[in-house]
Amino acid sequence: MPDHAQQIGQQDSADLSERSDLITAVPLRHPWRMLSAVLLFALVVGFVVDASHRKAYGWATYRQYIFDAGVAKASLVTLQLTFCSMLIAVSLGILLAVMRQSPNPVFRAVAWGHIWVFRGTPVYVQLVFWGLLTTLYPKVMLGIPNVVDIFELPSLTDIPLFWFAVIGLGLNESAYMAEIVRAGLLSVDRGQEEAAKALGMSWSQSMRRIIIPQAMRIIIPPTGNEVISMLKTTSLVIAVPVATELYMRTRELASITFNPIPLLLVASTWYLAYTSVLMIFQHRLEKRFARGHGQARTEVEGLSLSENSGMLS
Amino acid sequence: MNTNTQSLMVDARHVRKSFGSHTVLQDISLEVKRGEVLCLVGPSGSGKSTFLRCINHLEVIDAGRLFVDGQLIGYREHDNKLHELKPQESAAQRRDIGMVFQKFNLFPHMTALENVIEAPIRVKKLSRDAAIIRGRELLDRVGLADKENSYPAHLSGGQQQRVAIARALAMEPKLMLFDEPTSALDPELVGEVLDVMRELATSGMTMIVVTHEMGFAREVADSLAFMDFGVVVERGNPIEVLNNPQQARTQAFLAKVL
Repeated sequence: MPDHAQQIGQQDSADLSERSDLITAVPLRHPWRMLSAVLLFALVVGFVVDASHRKAYGWATYRQYIFDAGVAKASLVTLQLTFCSMLIAVSLGILLAVMRQSPNPVFRAVAWGHIWVFRGTPVYVQLVFWGLLTTLYPKVMLGIPNVVDIFELPSLTDIPLFWFAVIGLGLNESAYMAEIVRAGLLSVDRGQEEAAKALGMSWSQSMRRIIIPQAMRIIIPPTGNEVISMLKTTSLVIAVPVATELYMRTRELASITFNPIPLLLVASTWYLAYTSVLMIFQHRLEKRFARGHGQARTEVEGLSLSENSGMLS
Repeated sequence: MNTNTQSLMVDARHVRKSFGSHTVLQDISLEVKRGEVLCLVGPSGSGKSTFLRCINHLEVIDAGRLFVDGQLIGYREHDNKLHELKPQESAAQRRDIGMVFQKFNLFPHMTALENVIEAPIRVKKLSRDAAIIRGRELLDRVGLADKENSYPAHLSGGQQQRVAIARALAMEPKLMLFDEPTSALDPELVGEVLDVMRELATSGMTMIVVTHEMGFAREVADSLAFMDFGVVVERGNPIEVLNNPQQARTQAFLAKVL
C-alpha cells in the first residue's frame, strides 16, 4: 500500500520533484457543496419573498409593535426572571454537586432527593404549585404541628408572585445544573486535587483555585445552553400566574388586535435577539476558561512537546 | 521522644497498608536521617509509591506509626489513644513535605510562575510581590527563568517536571518526596530533571526518591532500599547493594534492570 502511494506521488511530481518553491496546485472542486448551497439559498429567498407579501403575517402590525414600549418592558421582565432564576440554579447546582461528592451520607441523600423531585416533575406543574403556596400555607408557624405554635413568620401573601416564579424556575433548573457541575468536577484529573493537597492547600482552597476553574471549561458550554433554555422557559410563568413577561404581554396585545401571528413574530424576534447576545457572551466566557488548553499544537517549542503536553491538556 | 528520633527526618515503624483485601505494605520500618537521600527501588506493585504517599498522608496507614521530623503523621496521641487530625492540621503537616509526581500534576490553567506562587500566597499567606520574587529565583534555579509566562501545555515534559519541583520547593519543605519523577519522560528529557534533583541533593535537602534510574541512585543517593511485595528486602549503601546484593530477590530484580 505505501509503495503504491509512493509510485503515484512520483509520477505526478516527476518534473516538479527538483523544485522547492511554494505549491500552487489546482484546488479540489466541491461540486455538491456548491449545488446544495445554491439550492438552499434559492429556497430561503423564495420563502422570504413569499412571506413578505403574505397578508396573514400582518407585517404592518409587526412593525407597529416590534419596538412597542410595553413589549420592551415585558422583555426586561423576561430577562430578570432568567437572570434571577439562573443565579439560584447555578449557586444551588454547585452546592448540590459538591454535596453529592461529599463523604457525608446525609448531604448525599439530601442532594439526591432534591434532584429526584425537581428533575422528575414537569416545570409547569412545579410553577402551579409555587403559585398555590399561599393557599397551602396561609400562615407559617414554627413549632410542633397541631400541638404548639412558637413563632409566626410574616405572611407569604405579601411577597410578589414574581419571586415565586423565580424560585420555581430556579429550583427546577438547579437539579439540571447540579448534574452539569458534577460532570465538570469529575472531569478534572484526580492528580490535580492531590497536587493541591500535597502543597498544603485546604479542601475549599483546592476547590476554588484548582478544581472549579478547570471544571468551568466543561461546565460553561452546557450552562450557556441552560441559560438560553431558561430564557424561553420563562414563558411558562403564567402558571404561577405571572403575566408581565414577554410572551404573555404579546398574547395580551394579540387579543386586542385580534391578530396573533404578527405578535408571535414580535415575541420570537425579541427572544432571538436576546439569545444571540447570550451566545456572544458564552463564547467570550469559553475563551476565558480555555486558558492553558488546546494551544499546544500551534506553538511548538520543544522536540517531544506534543506527546508530553497531551498528558495534561 | 528520644534523641534518635530527633535526628531523624522520617521514622516509619511497622507501617502496614491494605486496599481492601490486597495488602500493599506488609510491615515497613525505615529511617531517613536529616539531609539523607534515599532511593526506593523495586518492581512495580511493590508498594514504593504507596509508602511515599503515606508519608504525607495522601494515603492513610492501617497500622504502625509514621513520624516526620518527630511529628506523628495524621494523628495525635493522647491518653494512649490515637485521635484523627482535623483536615487543616493534616494540611499543615503537608506544608513541610514537598511532593513531585510521576505525571507532574501542574495546574494547567496557570502559567509556570503562577503554579509556583499559588501555594505560598494561599497557604503561607506570603505577599504576592514576595512570592513572585521567590518564584522567579526558583524557576531560575531549575533553569526555566525564561518560561515563567508559559502554560504547562507549552512546556516539554522535562520542563513541566522542573516547574513541579520549583512549585514544591516554593513551600520551603524540609523533606522532598519524588514519585517516579522521570518515568513519564522521553529518554532525552530525563537528564535535565535528574540534574535539578542532583543539585537539590547537594544542597542538603532530605529526599526520598522512588525511581528506576539506577545510575542516579548509585551516584547521588546516600542509601538505597529495595522493596518487594510490601516489605523492605534490603537496605544499604547504594553502590554496595547494586554491586553486591545480598538477598536473592534483590539479585533477581537487579539482573533484570541493570
